[in-house]
Amino acid sequence: MFDFLQDYDLLGAFWTTVQLAVLSAVGSLIWGTVLAAMRVGPVPLMRGFGTAYVNIVRNIPLTVIILFTSLGLNQTLGVSLGANDVETINFRLAVLGLILYTSSFVCEALRSGINTVPVGQAEAARAIGLSFGQVLGNVVLPQAFRSSVVPLANVLIALIKNTTVAAAIGVAEAALLMKEMIENEAQLLLISAVIAFGFVVLTLPTGLILGWVGKKVAVKR
Amino acid sequence: MSSVLYDAPGPRAKRRNVLLTVVFLVALAALLWWVFGTLKDKGQLEWALWKPFFSGSEAWSTYIWPGLENTLKAAALAMVIALPLGAVLGIARLSDHVWVRVPAAIVVEFFRSIPVLVLMIFGLALFAEYTNVSSDDRPLYAVVTGLVLYNASVLAEIVRAGILALPKGQSEAAMAIGLRKGQVMRSILLPQAVTTMLPAIVSQLVVILKDTALGGAVLTFPELLASANTMSGYYGANVIASFTVVAVIYIALNFILTSFASWLERRLRRAKKSTGAVLKADDAGVAGSNATGTGGP
Repeated sequence: MFDFLQDYDLLGAFWTTVQLAVLSAVGSLIWGTVLAAMRVGPVPLMRGFGTAYVNIVRNIPLTVIILFTSLGLNQTLGVSLGANDVETINFRLAVLGLILYTSSFVCEALRSGINTVPVGQAEAARAIGLSFGQVLGNVVLPQAFRSSVVPLANVLIALIKNTTVAAAIGVAEAALLMKEMIENEAQLLLISAVIAFGFVVLTLPTGLILGWVGKKVAVKR
Repeated sequence: MSSVLYDAPGPRAKRRNVLLTVVFLVALAALLWWVFGTLKDKGQLEWALWKPFFSGSEAWSTYIWPGLENTLKAAALAMVIALPLGAVLGIARLSDHVWVRVPAAIVVEFFRSIPVLVLMIFGLALFAEYTNVSSDDRPLYAVVTGLVLYNASVLAEIVRAGILALPKGQSEAAMAIGLRKGQVMRSILLPQAVTTMLPAIVSQLVVILKDTALGGAVLTFPELLASANTMSGYYGANVIASFTVVAVIYIALNFILTSFASWLERRLRRAKKSTGAVLKADDAGVAGSNATGTGGP
């Protein structure tokens, strides 16, 4: 029944999915943190930039962004991100698109974490004479990070699922393989079940584990 | 102004802020300069490439409006079908009977953990193989199927969270005056929960609207993004121009929806007609389960 699977690189496709997810997760965590820092910082211009970026990027479909990285950045403007063959270029473009898109959600998740810290915490910390660095490092950020775990986990799960959009520019990940398999083989339900199982394996444990961690570290108020 | 992160700025902090502003402004200007330079080098700022959108209505009437119509049609169909389905699933998950609760939970968790695109691809093949839907209609059916399956399960979680967010006293009092289970749900819990859920539901509409673009890119569904693609071919590869116009349309549509959602949220919070906490429009903050609003592409 599963014979036809031998003709396809199923594990390879899911490995590409995982690579897309991990690279984009790391990238969007960095860029998202920078954006969050801008959005909550004291400089009005940076705040404006952060807000504008998040509101614009969040409202564009990821599909449009990823397709644009291929058609616009690569084919029209000749950006190739230091790669030579088409496959690597498309992979890197997909990661770039995912980072640009996901970081706006990372920014919002971090900001929501910071917003859960009552102002009184910082005021009390200043009142007992802690310096700015101590207030941030010992009082505010530890609480903020703890309540960011669950929203960040949601963003990560959404990101894992969003990697399928890379199929739109021909990155050989799970959804593209599924499309190819369905076109060539007859076992529609079986193929879909296998691919669906793969994604359930990737997303459900992530959600459960990080949800548990989130509850464990949450600040009880 | 002071926030939890920093104090009201003193003279030194003010100087530092001004310095940071200047540095950031220079960096931003350099970035913009580079972008415009690249665009100009590649000839993408030629008026000929942008002209179709500003003079004459051909580009709009041939490509953009029909595409937008399909986008809105798919989103509206998906929402209209997913909403009742999601409500049923959400209420089923709160059922007292294990044989209702567990299957509903499995369905919701399963479809929530699978990418919409996979569901859409599956739907396309399903309609091709087992039904006689004409091949012109198949992409629309597939897009709507995928969106309904995914968003119904997300909406189910929103409904469940909305009902769970109501104070326990509501259902206890209702049962104390002798209402039956169905009556408690219909006349006490749901009316209150619906108002608190509205912002979250409206922002789920944004996710649905954005997800329709997948149909255009992968399933040959002739919606806004797909028609932008054909359009840029027709007007001599004005990729930058067409994508900019399409992105602006998406941003405008979604911005209207998000603003509506947060207006609704503010209004409901102020009105205090309901006893439950108003679910946030932003992240559809689902109690105790990994949620939603951050959703799809």
